[in-house]
Amino acid sequence: MNIQEFLTIFISSVFIYNVILSRFLGLCPFVAISKNTKQALAMSAAVTVVITASCIVTWLIYRFLLLPFNLAYLRTLAFVLVIAALVQFIEMVIRKASPVLYRAFGIYLTLITTNCAVLGAAVLNIDMFFVDGKPVTGSFYYAVFQGVCMGLGYTLAMLLMSGIRERLELCNVPRALKDFPLAFIIASVLSLSFMGFSGFKF
Amino acid sequence: MKDLVKEFTKGIIKENPTFVLALGLCPTLAVSVSVINGIGMGAAATFVLLGSSVIISLVRNFIPGKIRIPCFIVIIATFVTITELCLKAYSPVLNRALGIYVPLIVVNCIVLGRAEAFACKNNLWRSFFDGLGMGVGFTLALILISAIREFLGSGQILGRTLIKGFEPVFVFGMPSGALLVIGLLLGFFNLLKNRRS
Repeated sequence: MNIQEFLTIFISSVFIYNVILSRFLGLCPFVAISKNTKQALAMSAAVTVVITASCIVTWLIYRFLLLPFNLAYLRTLAFVLVIAALVQFIEMVIRKASPVLYRAFGIYLTLITTNCAVLGAAVLNIDMFFVDGKPVTGSFYYAVFQGVCMGLGYTLAMLLMSGIRERLELCNVPRALKDFPLAFIIASVLSLSFMGFSGFKF
Repeated sequence: MKDLVKEFTKGIIKENPTFVLALGLCPTLAVSVSVINGIGMGAAATFVLLGSSVIISLVRNFIPGKIRIPCFIVIIATFVTITELCLKAYSPVLNRALGIYVPLIVVNCIVLGRAEAFACKNNLWRSFFDGLGMGVGFTLALILISAIREFLGSGQILGRTLIKGFEPVFVFGMPSGALLVIGLLLGFFNLLKNRRS
């Protein structure tokens, strides 16, 4: 466990393998809720919170429940249910602790249950930081940190996208390309610029 | 009989999950690098769709309305796990190529969408053909996208060179190429729809 490893995780999950622009996880909210910056920010904050929490919980469950009982093949099933329950739980906590924040998050929190970015982050952590059914040194910290970074990458992509789309509202675009198709073409150009980061090697 | 044929064909063109409903785009974009991957992903998703539609329509009268979504998710996750294990056992190469997108079928909107919108309200055979039609529609869409990307990105289709001396455009094999292809295809299908109406 060293600083360099953390730096590598940061660069690779925010820029090189950006969760939306390179891994294509969580595309539905990316094209649906990126029309104004405020909403996009609320959505990405909610996603970041949930990804981080779910990375912690799923790592613990995999390490201390599924592995000792030889149940690794139940990974998908267990993770989906845990994430669904977790989202409900976070929603309740936020509603109790801070009604203002709850109103800001709105329906986005509930929608996250079926967001592939959350499950994707959990599965990626298991694939990357477990070797032959054993956690690598510092595995837990790497997993949590990668979760946070994926959330940051999500936020970055959402912010860029919503900024562009806000301006695009004023432009005259062909009728057939309105909304979804144009959003994908913009995402393609964004992704092209993110490809520049893939030259980074550590 | 005619009814069942209609349930089957609507998923292929009129309600194509990818191009008309724009559902389940994450795996579509990620695995469409080559036609083989596209077919593999399509087959896996079709199996999950078919299995979950059949089981859900069989048990639809026993599931209380309030907890139906968690029940659906458990059923879908079971089929995804079966698919994952089969892929690992019989086709490790394909499994490596599809990577994390196999377990992610579980949160694919098409599967849960069909369970919620169709299978929990209709009888066994109608759900069967609905699931099959949606699966075939998804697979065809995947084949179309991956054929375009594989041809432009590497100059080949299914590993065979089509045009001699064609200079491949590598960017189509990259993520940004996938986004560009899907954006233009969606635009093209919108154009067709606008023309017709």
